[in-house]
Amino acid sequence: MVSAERSVLTVSALSQQLATVMEERFPAVWVEGEISNFKVYGSGHAYFTLKDEGAQLRCVLFRTRARRVRFEPRDGLHVMGFGAVEVYAQRGEYQLVVELLEPRGLGALQLAFEQLKERLQAEGLFGPARKRPLPRFPRKIGIVTSPSGAALRDMLRVIGRRFGEIHIVVAPARVQGDGAAAEVAQGIRELNALGGVDVIIVGRGGGSLEDLWAFNDEMLARTIVASKVPVISAVGHEVDVTIADFVADVRAATPSNAAEMVVKEKRAVVESLADLDGRLRRGMTRALALHRARLERARDRRVLTDPGRPLRDLDRRLDDARARLRQAALAAVGRAERRVALAARGLRTLSPVARTVNGRRALTDLHGRLERGVHRLLDRSRHALGGAAGRLDSLSPLAVLGRGYSLTRTPEGRIVRSWREIGAGDAVRVLLHEGSLDCRVDATREHDDRPQV
Amino acid sequence: MTDLKFEDCLTRLEQIVGALETGNLPLEESLKVFEEGITLARHCSRYLDDAERRIEMLVKDDGGVTTTRPFAFEAEDEA
Repeated sequence: MVSAERSVLTVSALSQQLATVMEERFPAVWVEGEISNFKVYGSGHAYFTLKDEGAQLRCVLFRTRARRVRFEPRDGLHVMGFGAVEVYAQRGEYQLVVELLEPRGLGALQLAFEQLKERLQAEGLFGPARKRPLPRFPRKIGIVTSPSGAALRDMLRVIGRRFGEIHIVVAPARVQGDGAAAEVAQGIRELNALGGVDVIIVGRGGGSLEDLWAFNDEMLARTIVASKVPVISAVGHEVDVTIADFVADVRAATPSNAAEMVVKEKRAVVESLADLDGRLRRGMTRALALHRARLERARDRRVLTDPGRPLRDLDRRLDDARARLRQAALAAVGRAERRVALAARGLRTLSPVARTVNGRRALTDLHGRLERGVHRLLDRSRHALGGAAGRLDSLSPLAVLGRGYSLTRTPEGRIVRSWREIGAGDAVRVLLHEGSLDCRVDATREHDDRPQV
Repeated sequence: MTDLKFEDCLTRLEQIVGALETGNLPLEESLKVFEEGITLARHCSRYLDDAERRIEMLVKDDGGVTTTRPFAFEAEDEA
């Protein structure tokens, strides 16, 4: 059994001793594991668990330390935490108070870059639809960079060589170190506010990932997105890619490359202008030749060379219609005559047996039907004739007489078209809309008082 | 006309040349755009001749107002 002299500790006392042992044994330790249950509280402190296959460790990241972590800790990330083990006696727990947190594998900067990239991309800020085209011939170019940097020197050299006469405004900004991102963003805003700037180049020369870090700043990225003036990013060398490159309207591989994109060679511009000028003049010459040719073609057409032609055509159509009408009328009358003859013959063959009263009545009846039939037939023919005549009338040049024109004809009925066809003293008949006039010609004149065409 | 940007001028000039080259314009219209084209071409050449090289730097005065002054390289601290 247990001896009477038990050594009994209070919970607090044991906890106290455990705390002393553990905290002395692990005042500063690196622990590696996967983050889970990561949660930031209103206080700004973050709580999470580091775990591996066999165990879990509670961790706390206080607000002041959290600010120094360059990436966004989240569940599933494999990290290394550095800190002190602390016993939290009130709850019988121990935890790691994290001083430093670094991602395993990727460096912290790289991870932060990937995370920001992912987030801005999800917002659609890299979308091609957002990108504005660069002006082809900017008048005023804004450059945000270090005023003493090689990048600026390179850009000015390229621009001077290609197209010396251009207006450049430099917005000086530190391009690395604390506050650099804010200065670059400020430069972009000031160039926007200045007015008249057609395009902005934001850039710096090459450097380490840390040197270029300012261009991975979220606030700078959003300033580029908000810029009313198109922005070209030109950060580092070809291989260096920053967030600014993704959100800019155009990414240039290097600062010199950005300058080449913006400024065409003056010689090429002058040449294309001369080309346009030549084409303009040739185009006009051709347009004139084209219209002249059209005019000549039109002048040669029959309508103008033979104005009487349409009237003669109308005459011919009128004659045709007249002949057809005559034929139709004759045919109708012929048909009627044949039917009358047929009926009369039938009547004669009936007459010998029509000596009775009935026979006579039948005869009278037949006679009446015959008469009515012939009348109907004649009516129809007259009607058809009237219609045809009406149509004929609408075709007739005589219809224009109703509008006040008149036709002059010789006594033989020939239409008089020219003063040459008639001599003084000749008789003519003038056909009016209603009636006609028999006239004798006093005199003929070649010209009248019509305005001459 | 002088308010037009060089680029706008050139774009309009290109349009005019294109339209004139198709030969579909009525004569009056052809003459009108030709005249405009000649003016634009002259304006563009004058722009190229008149443009001047100017490099300025943004500076803030004591009142915090942003102005510009002619730019000159500071120290020759980098190659």
